[in-house]
Amino acid sequence: MRHALLALLSEGPKFGLRLQREFESRTGEVWPLNVGQVYTTLQRLERDGLVESDDHGGDSPQKGYRITPDGHHELESWLRTPPADETPPRDELVIKVLVALQVPGIDVGAVIQAHRRHLVEMMQRYTRVKAEAAEGDLGLSLVVDAELFRLEGVVRWLDTADVRLSRREAYPPRPSHEVSSTIEPVLDRR
Amino acid sequence: MTAMLQMLRVSKVYGSGPTEVAALQEVDLAVDRGEMVAVMGRSGSGKSTLLTIAGSLEEATSGEVWVDGTDLSEMSADDRARLRRRSIGYVFQDLNLLPGLTATENVALPLELDGTDSGRAHGTALQVLRDLGLADRAGHFPDDLSGGEQQRVAIARAMVGDRRLILADEPSGALDTVNGETVIRLLRDACKRGMSVVVVTHDAQLAAWADRVIFLRDGRMVDHTGQGPGPESLLAGPEQ
Repeated sequence: MRHALLALLSEGPKFGLRLQREFESRTGEVWPLNVGQVYTTLQRLERDGLVESDDHGGDSPQKGYRITPDGHHELESWLRTPPADETPPRDELVIKVLVALQVPGIDVGAVIQAHRRHLVEMMQRYTRVKAEAAEGDLGLSLVVDAELFRLEGVVRWLDTADVRLSRREAYPPRPSHEVSSTIEPVLDRR
Repeated sequence: MTAMLQMLRVSKVYGSGPTEVAALQEVDLAVDRGEMVAVMGRSGSGKSTLLTIAGSLEEATSGEVWVDGTDLSEMSADDRARLRRRSIGYVFQDLNLLPGLTATENVALPLELDGTDSGRAHGTALQVLRDLGLADRAGHFPDDLSGGEQQRVAIARAMVGDRRLILADEPSGALDTVNGETVIRLLRDACKRGMSVVVVTHDAQLAAWADRVIFLRDGRMVDHTGQGPGPESLLAGPEQ
């Protein structure tokens, strides 16, 4: 949000209300933003010396903002910084499939299919957004594409899980003592 | 029957005895006019077999297949061949464009094979190519076209004339996402004009363009997507 506002101000000075409208339209109106959030963020940016305002006398909608050289520097540095590299999130779907494997009498393939169907239905809804959007709405296409690729990735994970499951059913794992004999030497070396 | 394509308890068995493989088992499918249905399933699930049977390129072992209100099993071989030439358009994964013919000649070929005189067939072909944004490529041979352009020529050939049912096997093939999207938008436009489209794919992004998605597993239809809420619900904030 801080950097999105800096990016909009990098085009030239703007009023707070205009910043809110431009943020929404350029992200395909998928991420609504209230004007209070915009002003709070602008105040912090001003406090940090990254933007300057025309009028120090109040928070009127006519108060204009412009980016400072430090703001430009911050924006350029942020654009090139990779997103936070966190440990993998504890994905609820992964946990559900792992749990399904343990529960007697559960058809894991059917569990996988239920999630696959739900994901494809979500993808159909996003695709309709894209199909109905104006041809030149680049912001919306990019936001919807990002969500479609994320959902497709999950569908592909489910497809892979399904294949691994079928293989395990066709070729059950060897009894545990045989497995342990192959991993024990590895463990001994540690 | 009002559906453009209707399959009733369709099964297909290859081989016999110990080598017998049931490629399709008791599949029911109805595709309305103007509807796009995607069929998803992993390799060997029977999705390509479903397409070839729907297009009368192969016969079902049992069950009924109706195209445009006619039971295929009631038709003579000649009538079925005529139906394939006139009413059904195919888009294959490997395109099957003839390398010695220009884009226009490739698109005009099904019309000429059906007895339309060459001048008229070429005129119709050129119009379809124009509609698909390929007017300036009409005289080019397939080898001189990009992958995306070849794919669009293949779709033009599937749409030309009075086609009412288009059957497409992985129609976006190896295209990148944006070119693949161009191809699927053309198929969606065909639906708006009243054609029915069945797309077979393993690509969820492609399938998501369909009105309905059918899931095949081991030759059986195991699931399908519902209508669900409209796209506007996505823009109202997180769904919880």
